[in-house]
Amino acid sequence: MSDGGFFARDRSWQPPALTPEYRTSVARSPSRALLAMPQTLTETTGPVFAPDTVKPEDADLIHNYAAEGQSAVGPRIIVYGRVKDETGRGVPNALLEIWQANAGGRYRHKKESYIAALDPNFSGCGRCMTDENGNYEFRTIQPGAYPWPNRANDWRPAHIHFSIFGEAFAQRLITQMYFEGDPMIPLCPIVQGIPQKEGIESLTAALDMSRTIPMDARAYKFDLVLRGRRQTMFETKMEGA
Amino acid sequence: MAQKLDYLKESPSQTAGPYVHIGCFPNMCDIEDVFDADLGDTMLTDATKGDRISITGAVYDGTGTPLKDAMVEIWQADGKGIYPGGRDPRGPGDANFSGWGRKAGDPLTGEWTFATIKPGAVPFPDGRMQAPHITFWVVARGINIGLQTRMYFPEEDNAADPILSRIEHQNRVPTLIAEKMGKGQYRFDIRLQGEGETIFFDI
Repeated sequence: MSDGGFFARDRSWQPPALTPEYRTSVARSPSRALLAMPQTLTETTGPVFAPDTVKPEDADLIHNYAAEGQSAVGPRIIVYGRVKDETGRGVPNALLEIWQANAGGRYRHKKESYIAALDPNFSGCGRCMTDENGNYEFRTIQPGAYPWPNRANDWRPAHIHFSIFGEAFAQRLITQMYFEGDPMIPLCPIVQGIPQKEGIESLTAALDMSRTIPMDARAYKFDLVLRGRRQTMFETKMEGA
Repeated sequence: MAQKLDYLKESPSQTAGPYVHIGCFPNMCDIEDVFDADLGDTMLTDATKGDRISITGAVYDGTGTPLKDAMVEIWQADGKGIYPGGRDPRGPGDANFSGWGRKAGDPLTGEWTFATIKPGAVPFPDGRMQAPHITFWVVARGINIGLQTRMYFPEEDNAADPILSRIEHQNRVPTLIAEKMGKGQYRFDIRLQGEGETIFFDI
């Protein structure tokens, strides 16, 4: 067996560039069709991160910005899951970077103007790498919903941003994790840009009481799926290689 | 009815939003002492082989306004045309070159600059050589799914490139070719929409 290229991205499953209810997309969406091209080594390779790129404490947002003996304010949660590709294989050594608002819905960012208070013990950033089976785990606090300038009264559902590097630049992905049962999900024009309800469900983390640590933190399971790589029984050698 | 294909669906993309800096450039946005360094900030060491170049540009929306909250990543071959990191079947590449860079637009002007080396040529699947190029990936608030494009060099023979030569609208090809500003200095602007709209690829 040898590796081929990556499965074509299903654009009818992904949100389109132009989603007018998400108003910023109107001037930031290409008006011309994307141009399909064959994958080359440029797309089927990608940056490789050494395991020591991240420190274990980078994945603990409850403590990675907190003063000695203190911790971030908010509902303590574990966010865990597995990064897989479309064939179901775990993706080892994937780099995950996350960012989020604090429990009051406030980001630590100078362009952020929401009146909710900053938490002096919370940065909102974390990162980790998947293990040999594609598994990962963060500790954090559940972020709050917050208002944003779009239509007259839009609020984002609670969410955590995820940036994922798999094995190739063709798999590069940024997305957001939502929380099971959040009534803001159906109201959000960013979420609703995803064409199919199954797509939205696939970004909605499930409460997992079995993984909860009693008297400490509840757990949410959030699996991520990157594009699958074709496998062929036949050796497809590049001419001249 | 037939047998079921047991494939999963790719996770849907969502916008990086305006606060991508918190996760990807915490040191740049005054969140210090959490991560040692912002990943992708430096692509080179003193020992990197190849011709030093810089690429400056900005991402513009359909009104011609530069995006001040975009994140731009590049991925490229080393000076000999090998992708670093060990996944290129032709060899390990330059151990002193990451091949990957990441920049946020300046909060006031939207500009970014990559300090890198000029990549060598990389083959197309049929064995022909591609013109030297750098792949770009752009995300920002208002971009629902990351946009892929490529930058080529004005001094190269791009007419023979297997990808550029198959583009139907040849009058759009210049959107993929950087402007040379001086020795080793290039300008590459990305226009999301409208006049001079950059070609984006479905890879």
